[in-house]
Amino acid sequence: MASTHIFSAYDDDLKFLSRRISEMGGLAEQMVSDAVRALVNGDTALAQKVISDDVILDHAEREIGDKAIVTIARRQPMAADLREIMGSIRIAADLERVGDLGKNTAKRVIAVQSAGVPRKLARGLEHLSELALVQLKEVLDVYTSRAADKAKSIRERDEEIDAMYTSLFREMLTYMMEDPRNITSCTHLLFCAKNIERIGDHATNIAETIYYMATGAQPEGERPKDDTANTVGAVTE
Amino acid sequence: MNMLTEAAVEKALDQKMNTVPYKMIGQDVSVYYGEKRALFDVKLNIRENTVTALIGPSGCGKSTFLRSLNRMNDTIDSCRVTGKITLDGQDIYDPDIDVVELRARVGMVFQKPNPFPKTIYENVAYGPRIHGLAKSKADMDQIVELSLQRAGLWNEVKDRVHEAGTGLSGGQQQRLCIARAVAVSPEVILMDEPCSALDPIATAKVEELIHELRENYTIVIVTHSMQQAARVSQRTAMFHLGNLVEENDTDKMFTNPDDPRTQDYIMGRFG
Repeated sequence: MASTHIFSAYDDDLKFLSRRISEMGGLAEQMVSDAVRALVNGDTALAQKVISDDVILDHAEREIGDKAIVTIARRQPMAADLREIMGSIRIAADLERVGDLGKNTAKRVIAVQSAGVPRKLARGLEHLSELALVQLKEVLDVYTSRAADKAKSIRERDEEIDAMYTSLFREMLTYMMEDPRNITSCTHLLFCAKNIERIGDHATNIAETIYYMATGAQPEGERPKDDTANTVGAVTE
Repeated sequence: MNMLTEAAVEKALDQKMNTVPYKMIGQDVSVYYGEKRALFDVKLNIRENTVTALIGPSGCGKSTFLRSLNRMNDTIDSCRVTGKITLDGQDIYDPDIDVVELRARVGMVFQKPNPFPKTIYENVAYGPRIHGLAKSKADMDQIVELSLQRAGLWNEVKDRVHEAGTGLSGGQQQRLCIARAVAVSPEVILMDEPCSALDPIATAKVEELIHELRENYTIVIVTHSMQQAARVSQRTAMFHLGNLVEENDTDKMFTNPDDPRTQDYIMGRFG
């Protein structure tokens, strides 16, 4: 839909929202990548940067919320414009949570540092975060292109992250069982892995929102899930 | 089936909307002003006890279509209507139809409030009188009071019904015109931009009135305001250059319309 609004200031309002979302997305991506690197390398300075950057995302979410409300009051948006504005409110909230999850991960760097992160777990976490970051990056590209099909396929790939998380979960249990001195750091790492899995979920939320913004419909079917960590260790009859 | 699933709720609403009978049916309606064609084979059905809004840019034919529904176009010499329009299944352009009676059954309220230069009472009583609807003065008093109540005006004018109708405010005058239309017990009320000349509070009162009237009447309203169409109607029809572009459930029309022309218009974009 290449047409512009007759009242051009309306276009400016919408462009402001989408620009802020893209900026939030870029920062969120950076924070997640930095947090994982800080964790794996024991880099407390980098971790501190991530923690302090989070406040920028909080501020951006509030700004987007305020601007969205004013745009609704002023323009009485309809159809695709209305979905656009509601979508930006939702996406801003998802990106703000991604930042929080990155910050939470960075906060654990000090706790994990003393015992160090076992090589194998570090690789597992890096791999998990790469998957999540790819999802995040692609969903932010789709936000710009509004390609509904692409949004749908991102949603379907969330299974991979879930499956990877479940297997990391099992590995960490093994480490903890092998040597009780691992328990403290592995517990922190478990939270970090969960954070990254949640980041993948937020990327999927954003994909669903973009699909709705583009088509006015929800994507069909249940979101594919492969997170069976909640049944690991359960005794079945 | 889980009654609370979204799909179940939507299906129930759809069924409810789809089982509402059609009060008026327009089949291949075309209207010509001399050589100029204003409407092109419009197919539009008006559901009973429903508010249907007609929207579209200036000159799109929405008012022309509205006026066809009670043959107001007959008053324009050069105007010619083809196709078929029925009321309860009966062709309203049939030569046997009494046009005066038709216009009592299908009443009209115009953009600029146009009360007669008579008392408030006489404004409302005029129609019932010429149609012979009142058997006595007491009967007529009751008709006038009921109509003014239905129009949400009674409380404001009950102590001055024998004063001039033109002494009322714009919003009150418009509600007087609605009372006048209601007094002859219509089945359908046509409204051509009824709130354009009114301030926001008077507009809100008329919109509230439309919402109440829906219970007893079928309403078709032409409006320039998208927001008004969204507020008061259950079905919306979008016209463009004499064609019916889309007719849809109002909620769907304004959140996710089917036709890109509709989307461009309601979003205020160039096509």
